[in-house]
Amino acid sequence: MPANPATLAALTARFGPLPTSEFRGQTRVVVARDQLLEAMRLLRAELRFDLLVDVTCVDYLNYRDAANRFGLVYLLASTDTNERLTIRVYLNEPQLTVPSVIGLWKGADWLEREVFDMYGIVFDGHPDLRRILMPEEFTAYPLRKDYPLQGRGERHNFPVLTRREA
Amino acid sequence: MAIEVPENVVVTKLDELASWCRKNSLWPMPFATACCGIELMATGASKHDLARFGAEVFRFSPRQCDLMIVAGRVVMKMLPVLQRIWQQMHEPKWCISMGACASTGGVFDTYAVVQGIDRFIPVDMYVPGCPPRPEQLIQSIIDLQEMIQREGTIEGREFELASRQQTKRALVELPMYGRIPDGRTNDGRPMSQPIRNLKSEI
Ligand code: SF4
Repeated sequence: MPANPATLAALTARFGPLPTSEFRGQTRVVVARDQLLEAMRLLRAELRFDLLVDVTCVDYLNYRDAANRFGLVYLLASTDTNERLTIRVYLNEPQLTVPSVIGLWKGADWLEREVFDMYGIVFDGHPDLRRILMPEEFTAYPLRKDYPLQGRGERHNFPVLTRREA
Repeated sequence: MAIEVPENVVVTKLDELASWCRKNSLWPMPFATACCGIELMATGASKHDLARFGAEVFRFSPRQCDLMIVAGRVVMKMLPVLQRIWQQMHEPKWCISMGACASTGGVFDTYAVVQGIDRFIPVDMYVPGCPPRPEQLIQSIIDLQEMIQREGTIEGREFELASRQQTKRALVELPMYGRIPDGRTNDGRPMSQPIRNLKSEI
C-alpha cells in the first residue's frame, strides 16, 4: 500500500521537497547521500519503521536516460502500521561511500556486506565490512554492469590435481 | 605333471581378487551441491536400491570413502573444498561427475561456476543429464565396477599410467563430439589440451 501521507509530510518538513514517485502502490522517495542517515533515523525513531526488509543496489550503466551510476535501495516496513516505504540514494563514482544504517537496524549487517561484495559500495561505520558471498581473495565487484558475465578468468584460476598428486 | 586342484578351490590372480573385492564394496562420498543431489539421494534410497551393487553406504567423511560422486554445480568458492576432500580420500579412489553441471558447468556459464570439475580433479566416469535418472547413475557405477575389474591392480599401478595423468574434458569424451582413436579430438588437438585457450580468457 502507498506510504501514509503523514510519513511523507514528516520527511518533507525536515528535508524540503524530495523526489517521490509511486509504482503499483509502492512509494519511493529519493534522498541525498548526506541526508541518508538523518532521514533513516527519523524513519526509524519517529515514524516507526522498525523493519529493514532489504538493502540492494542497481547499476544504471548504459541504462537509457539514466543520470546516475548506482541507485542504492532501502526497503523499509513498519510492523505497527503495515506501511512500506522505499528509500533510494543515487551514487556516482568516485563517491561510493554511504553511512551504514547498522546502528538503526541490526539486520543491515549482512545486507550491506552483500551490496559491498557485489557492487563495491562502502558502508561507513559498518563494523565488519568483508565479502559475504565471493571468496575473500576475489577482487572484482561482479554485479557491476562493466564486469563480464563470464568473469575475468577467476573461475579457471585453481591448481590442477592429477592422479599422481592426489 | 599336472597339479591337481582340489574341489572348492579357485585359482586367480591377486590383482583380480583385489579388484573384485574393491569393486563390490565402493563407499561413495556424496558431494551433492545442487539439484542432482536429489537424484543421488533417490539412488541411495530403497526404491532404486544401490545396495544391490554394494555401494549403498554413503559416508560424509572422506577418510572412509573411495568413490567421490560430484552431483551438482561447483562454484569457485567450493572448488578448493572439493579438491581438499579429494586429497583426503584414501587410495585407491575414483570419481564420478554426475550431471551436466559437474561435467561442463551446464547452463551456468558465469563468473562463479567452475566449467567442469574435470579441469581440476581427475574424473573416471561422466553421467550426462540434467539431472541424470538414478538408473543412469547406477549404470555409471556398474561401468566403473567393470573398469576396476578390468584394469585394477593391487598396488594401484593403473593410476600411474600417463593417460590417467592427463586432464580430460567431458565434451571431448562424449561420443556426440566424435573422437579419433589416437587420442586426438576431431579438430586435431591432443586430448590433454583444454577445449578453450584459457590464457586468452584470463
Ligand atoms: S545438471 Fe541439472 S539437475 Fe544437475 S545440478 Fe545441474 S542444473 Fe541441477
